[in-house]
Order: sequence, then C-alpha cells, then structure tokens
Amino acid sequence: MAENYRPKIGVYVCHCGINIGSVVDVPAVVEYASKLPGVAVSREYTYMCSDPGQNLIKEDIEKEELNRVIVASCSPRMHEPTFRKTLKEAGINPYFLEMANIREQCSWVHEDRDEATEKAKKLIEASVAKALLLEALEEKEVDVIPSCLIIGAGIAGIQAALDIAEAGFKVYLVEKTPSVGGHMAQLDKTFPTLDCSACILTPKMVDVANHPNIELMTYSQLEEISGYVGNFKAKIRKKARYVNFDTCTGCGVCAENCRLAGRIPSEFDEFIGMRGAIYLPFPQAVPAKYTIDPQRCLQLTKGKCGKEGPACVEACGPGCIDFEQEDEIVEIECGTVIVATGYDVFDCRRKPEYGWEENANVMTGLEFERLVSASGPTGGKPILGRDKKGEGGYEPKKVAFIHCVGSRDKSVGNEYCSRVCCMYLAKQAHLIRDKLPEAEITVFYMDVRAFGKGFEEFYDRVRREGIRYVRGNPSEIYRKGDDHTMVIKVEDTLTGTPLEYEADLVVLGVGLEPRSDIREIIDLFKLSQSTDGFFLEAHPKLRPVDTASDGVFLAGCCQGPKDIPDTVAQAKGAASSALILMAYGKVKVEAQVSVVNPDECRGCGFCVEVCPFGAIELVDENRMGNIVKVALVNEALCKGCGSCAAACLSGAIQPRSFKDEQILPQIAVLGVKP
Amino acid sequence: MSIEHGTFVQKYDLLGCIQCGRCTGGCPVTVRTDLNVRRFMYDTVEDDRLEELSEKPEIWDCTTCNTCAIRCPKGLEPFEVLLGLRSMRAEEGNIEPTARDALESMFNNGNPWGKPAAKRCDWMQDIDGVENVRILEPGEKADVLVHVCCTAAYDPRIMPLAKNLARVLDAAGVDYGFIGEEEKHCGSEARRLGEEGLFEYFDEENTELLNQYEVNRLVTLSPHCFNSFKSEYTNLSMPVLHYTQLVAELIEDKKLELKNEIASSVVFHDPCYLGKKNLVFDEPRYILSQIPGMETAEFFRSKERSLCCEGGGGKMWVESESKEQRLAETRIADAQELGAKIVAVACPFCLLTLEDALKVRGLEEEMRVADILELLGESL
Repeated sequence: MAENYRPKIGVYVCHCGINIGSVVDVPAVVEYASKLPGVAVSREYTYMCSDPGQNLIKEDIEKEELNRVIVASCSPRMHEPTFRKTLKEAGINPYFLEMANIREQCSWVHEDRDEATEKAKKLIEASVAKALLLEALEEKEVDVIPSCLIIGAGIAGIQAALDIAEAGFKVYLVEKTPSVGGHMAQLDKTFPTLDCSACILTPKMVDVANHPNIELMTYSQLEEISGYVGNFKAKIRKKARYVNFDTCTGCGVCAENCRLAGRIPSEFDEFIGMRGAIYLPFPQAVPAKYTIDPQRCLQLTKGKCGKEGPACVEACGPGCIDFEQEDEIVEIECGTVIVATGYDVFDCRRKPEYGWEENANVMTGLEFERLVSASGPTGGKPILGRDKKGEGGYEPKKVAFIHCVGSRDKSVGNEYCSRVCCMYLAKQAHLIRDKLPEAEITVFYMDVRAFGKGFEEFYDRVRREGIRYVRGNPSEIYRKGDDHTMVIKVEDTLTGTPLEYEADLVVLGVGLEPRSDIREIIDLFKLSQSTDGFFLEAHPKLRPVDTASDGVFLAGCCQGPKDIPDTVAQAKGAASSALILMAYGKVKVEAQVSVVNPDECRGCGFCVEVCPFGAIELVDENRMGNIVKVALVNEALCKGCGSCAAACLSGAIQPRSFKDEQILPQIAVLGVKP
Repeated sequence: MSIEHGTFVQKYDLLGCIQCGRCTGGCPVTVRTDLNVRRFMYDTVEDDRLEELSEKPEIWDCTTCNTCAIRCPKGLEPFEVLLGLRSMRAEEGNIEPTARDALESMFNNGNPWGKPAAKRCDWMQDIDGVENVRILEPGEKADVLVHVCCTAAYDPRIMPLAKNLARVLDAAGVDYGFIGEEEKHCGSEARRLGEEGLFEYFDEENTELLNQYEVNRLVTLSPHCFNSFKSEYTNLSMPVLHYTQLVAELIEDKKLELKNEIASSVVFHDPCYLGKKNLVFDEPRYILSQIPGMETAEFFRSKERSLCCEGGGGKMWVESESKEQRLAETRIADAQELGAKIVAVACPFCLLTLEDALKVRGLEEEMRVADILELLGESL
C-alpha cells in the first residue's frame, strides 16, 4: 500500500467563506505549505467540506498518490469525521488525516492579518511535522446487545419504550415510583388543545405494561451500570412493595381499611390530597398494584398495627400482603440506554416573599392541576380551605396567576425560561374561568411567550374569556387579616401604577428544575450538566439527544424544560438513535485509544485512578515466573482523552495518534523545545 | 457632576433590566410617595436626562431598604441608581438644609447629629452594674471591639441601648472594649445622602484606626454600621457582627443567663439592614424566645417581606412630603392587630421611627417599642 512508502502529503487550506479568508492570507499560506518537507500538493478552496472540496482531495490522492492529508480549516470537532470519510473513500487509512485548526484557533480570535497569516503557517507546519509520524489505525466493531434500558417512565420514557418495543427490540423500563405516568399523569388538561391529560396518556401507560417486548419495572431503581456502548450491564433494585405483585388484583379493600387511610399526604396529589400507608398513587395507576409505604406503615415502622394486627392483612381476600418481602436485585444486559428522568417543579420555599409555605391558598401550578382534576382531592371542584374531614371550604372569588416563579430569576439561580409556564397558566386561567364563571381572574406576567403551535391563538382566546392580563411581576404576597385574603404587591408596569391587589387564590407559575436527585444519575453514567443544571446534550443543535457517553441518550425534561409535544418528539428521537445502533447490530469503537507498553508499565495504577471512563484496570502478568501488575486498556471504553498518558510516570501508556513521539515534534515547530 | 457618556448604563448595568416591575412592586414607599424606581432604571439610560431626573423630589423618598435589589430577577440594585442621582445633587450642595447640616457635621464632628466628638463618651456615665467601662487603645488586645454608633452615643433615647450592651457583655464575661472618642460615623448615611466621597473618607479613616486593634471581631449596635463595615468597607481586617449575632452566641453557649421574666407578648420588626440586606433573621428571634415569660408573634409581613420603617437611607434628615400614613404607623397598627404589647427592634432608627408612630397613634398606654438590648437589660 502507498501508506508504507515515503510520506507524500497533501495540504488543503480552506477559506471557510470569509471566516478564514478575511483574516488569513490563504494564498500566502498555501505557497508556504507547498515548500514544507514531504508536501507534494498544496491547495486552497472556498469550502473544503463541500462535495467539490472533498473531491479535490480524493482526486489528488488517486493522481498524486498522496498518503497523508492535512486539512487546514475548522476545529477537528467539526469536520474531522467528514475528512476521515473522504480519505477512506479514496482508499487510504482515515487516520492519516491531520487537521490544522486555523479558524477557531486563528482567524476567529485574531484581527491582525499579517500575524494571523504567520500563525496559520506555523500551525500547518506543525501538522506537517506530526503527519510524517502518523500511523495507520484499525477501526474495530463490537456487537450491540439488542435491548434498551430506559430510566424513567414519564411520557418521555413511555414513548421511547413503545417505539423501541414496536420496532421489535427488548426494553427494560425502570421507574422509581409505584406507577408509570410521571408528571403528565398529574395534569388535568393539556395546552393548547385542552385534551384531557389522563385520557391521552393512560392508553400508553397500559401499552407499556402489556407490550411483550417491554419488561416494566416500577418501584425500582438503577443501582449500578457498567460496560460500554452495545454492552452495558445494569443492576436494578426492585423495591419491596410488601404486596404480592402477582396476586394483587388492585381491588383497593386494603387501602380502605388501612388505619392511616386518608392521613398521609399524597405525593401524586402534590401533598394537598391524602392517602393511606398502603396505596395506589392514583386510580389509573399502572400497574394497578398496591404498595405499602415503608416509612409510614405502622406495622413496618413500629412492628405493631392496632390491637388486632394489620387491618390490610385482614381485609385482603387473596392474602397478598407480605411484610417479610425483601428488595430484589435484578441484573440485566443491554446495548443502549435512554435517560428520561424528568424534572422537579421549582421549590417555592426559595421564594419566601410569595408566602407559599404558610398559606394554603397560595399554590403551585402543579398543586392547582390536582385541585381542578377530577381525580384530585376535591373531585375537581375548586374548593379551598376545607377542614381535615374534607368539609367546609370556600370557592375563590378572585384568582391571581403569577408568571415566572423560579424561572428567568437570578435571585434563585435559575436564569433560564421554563418554556411551559406561560401556556399552562393560560390554560389554568381558562379552566378556572370554566369552573367559576363569576370569578375575577388576573394573570400577572412580564412577557408572554406563546411560541408553539397554536399557542398564540390559545392565549388570544383565553384573554377574551374575561381574563385580565396585567404586565408586572409581583414582588411579594402576604396575608391580610385572618380571613383568606392575600395581598399581591405588584406594579402595573404599563401604566406605572403600584398595586396592592387582593386575591383569595394565588397560583404560582412555578418553573421546571433539574431533579433534586439528579446527582444519582450523573454518578452512574458520568453525564455532564449544562449551566442550567440539566443534562448536557452532545451538541446543542446537531446531537440534541446524544450524550458524551456513547450509547446513552436523553429524552424529555431531564435535558431541559419542554412541553409535552417537544418531549414526545425528543423521546422518539432518542428511541430512533438507540434503534440505529441496535438495528445495525454493531458499533465502531474509537481507534485513537490508549495503548500500554507492558514492558515499561510499573503497575502503579495512577492511570486507573485518573481515567474518567473506567477503561483501565491492573492485571497480573507473568514475567518469567514473577507475577507483576500491568495496566490494561479496555478499548471499547477508552475515549482517547489522554488523561492516563499525562498521569503516567514512565510514559508507558500513550493514546494512539497522540503519542509523545508524534506530538512533541509538532509542539517543537511551534517554538517549544521538548 | 459631569456625566460621561453611558456612566449610569455601565455603573448600574441598566441594560440588564427587563422592566418586570418587581422593584417598584415591592417598594414599600410607593403607597405614600410618587417614587417609581423601575422608571428610573428605564429613564437613566439616557445621559441627557440625568440632570432633570436628579431634580425629581422622589429620589429622596427611597429608604434604601434593599427590597428592590433582593427581588430583582436580574441581580441588579435599582435603589443604587437613586443614590447616583442624589450624589449629583449632593456634589452641587443642592440638597435639603437638614441633610447638608448632617453631612457637614459628619465631616467636622465625625457624627451626623451636630455634636462635638469630645462628648461621644458621655453616655458611659452611670451604667447600672458596670464599674469600669473599658476603652481600648489602638494596638490593644481583646475578643470584641464594640462600635457604638453615632445615634446611640448622642441621642438620649438611644443611649440606654449602649449601656445595656455594656451590661450584657459584662454579665456574660466577654473580653471587650469600646473605641472611645476616636470612634467616628461609619459613613453609611453619608453614602445614602449621596456623599460617596465622604463615605470613602470614613472608609479610609475608620479602617486605619480599626485595623490597629488586635481584636477577634468588631460588634456593632446598629445594623447600618454593621452593613457598612461588613459589606461596603474595602480593607477592614476583622469579622463584623451585629450585636444580636453575638448575644445569640452567648446565650447558646450558656454564658449569658436571662433570669427576669418579662410576661408580655412581643412581635419582632426586622430592621432592613439586618434582615433584607444581610439576611440575619434567626438570631433576634432566638434571643427573644430565650427571655422567660415572653410570648412571640410574627407579623404577616416579616423576614424577607418585612415592612420598612422609613428610618434608613438618610431619611432621618430628609422628610417626605406625603400626607399618607407613615409606614411606621402601619407597622404599629399591624402589631396592635396582632395583640402584641411590645414591638421589638434591633436598630436605633427603627426604635425612633416606630416609637414616634406609636405616640402619633396614642398607644403609649397599651404598647411599647423596645430594642432587644433594652429587653435584655430588663431580663438580666
């Protein structure tokens, strides 16, 4: 092969339109490069990444028998894969490509034309020095186990699971709480179409439970994950429900008889409704199997429930209650993972000036959903201030909705817009108008962002239903006197009028935040967070469902606030990305991985400690009867980051294509003596 | 003041403002004056309007309570714009005569009250149970150095606070001392009246003096001095505490015993410079809860939502023209509604304004306003 002969280098300098060309004197750079040792061809082109640009390289490889290619253009993060493909198509090893970054590291950051041109020349000269020393690398493929692990069974996890299962692949759907459904199941109606949330969600919930390709694990948690793209191993803890899953019919007699029935705040009802110690989170829960709350159950916490023993045991016909039940650890293997862990709503205790914590008639948007939902604690009647028996109470006469609570707000550390609050508040204003035709309804906003399909039309409709929008973000809310009047201190900014607006129900448009337990998932998968705290996607534009960990994808609000259509779209995207790997059945692993020279390795283990991917282990090696420790790289896990090489005391571990002998001459050209 | 192009825009990050209205919405004085701080955030973007805006009387209505700043979703401090406008007026000497006199006295006497520096220690006479008041020389060692505050040193109504602080520290066996006649105004009110330069003078002078002491911490009587030393001084080398923080610590460490019962109901009014400005909410409440016999209540507007008494921001020397009810009176009315017999404060200004309001409402027979130090003195 040509590769083994004397190096013949082609240098291709890109103008990148005017991105490079306006600052760097490209013809001068081409001229300079043509005289460097080993350079056979030196050319320029407006867009090297374009089809004609790539063809230029291919033709030269054929005609001039080039065996090394340098593209001087943008960052390798951008187009290295493009040009590697070009080389491969032209029949030479793709790792004989070297990129000289004269855009991000030169033209974009410099203004002086002469100096920028000199720097571009030097960068190319350095690449030439390295190109002479490049080695051919082999791209390996590993098999992909045809199954997907999905963490979280909200609408994102449910949708991804159904898509993958329908395509014929196995899905393990793991959900922390006793039922699938997530936040969407808590909502009354959805904006802007006013579909009943439960009506459109429950069929999908039932489908994930019944699909032959889906193994649903509710009340379960991922404990450990190891392996790499195509070959993950996971340990899942199925928490004890203390109820026999197979025999429980979901009849509910146990819950009716529970001594704590109606005395424990219900998570599903956002703590404004009550449940017992044995409970079904909500009537349409899937699976329809009861669960005992081990933190509250008298039998489990005190070892004693009433004089006659646990009432649930007595009541349960099939005898499903089993206080001896223990957690079960399930081990599975899968080729791909989708993280769909969702969000938390903003914790209003961080805005004490709104008085949410001490006033029951100041509620979050999610609490309001439960208040007006037919399956909620008041059966959908907007009644506040009921006593413990659920009696009494009042219908609000003046209802205020407040935008941007915990969003767009540096004072609570959330600079981002939560994207759903404008519209869910409009929807809630509509719902309360429907239920309380006489009520005075006011929405306090700072901007209305009705950007989605049908949103602006919906916002127009809602206002005309007799809902007053006042432009001003309230500053504080306090109780006045002993009745339920709340005073909202706010300025109508359009007229410049400070108001002390009185209302007897205030709904806070709480934003979406990363889950408080997000750390657990970060630690398991080594995922990164963006500055807003949500999971970071691999590329904000072009790889929005991928993560930096191959084979691990994101869906839904764990990646950032989004509404239901966007969540479903992203879930379908994540499912499709996982399916691509599983359908092809094989995945290429990184060729530029670290390699150990066992003769020089002292087995100190520094590399094992610094490796962020857990790709290195110490193994025993028999050296003429002496058993010594040496490092071994798992090439499927290694990402070629080079941390190990930097830590290695003896230079025994080196990333391919970035070995000391390859990069030191490159650095030397730039004026640094090794 | 010569205004260079874009001075205000840059200094106060005016373009960061999204005009949401939380500043004006929360501003306590809007119920009685024309002040709309959001408008100033919008209007001061235009350099050639600054002169005109600085002449608006409402810039003097701001009490610098900090509500606008803690509410701002973009991390801005709207009230600082008003101080910027005030300084344009102060630079020309074109301010209320009362404020001008106070500033002159600050410079000449080291206090805003027109009193000679030589009389700064007069309050130290006849302190019940305290034999010798220790005045520390620069360079001397002690655990605590106490800054008394001009108002406590000269105002006969506030002097008992300083005396009670000495009694409390004595009773708890604290190794402490006072600064004496060398003590000067902290500069807080100079800055609020628009005299930024005078504030910087106090920063330098006081820092040079205070840094000479070998003390572990500086304790202030007033939350205003506390804020200046803690947050606005540039080079002060010691930690700064408000007295409520120290006393809470002494009670918790069982060094201070409160024996006498005060059988009464108390509601605590959060001073803005202690609460909204420095987020000290718990210590004063803890102290009150430790006084035997005391029943505590809370205002509906407390802690982060506390209502300003209008004593800060130079307002001791500049009167608002409003005919509307003073906020201090609103506060007293709220306390009366709660059935409180004592409105407790931890700030000389709050004490003066609230007590005044109590008298205006003719409630002297039913209720009283007391600084926590006075209650401590009674309970010792």
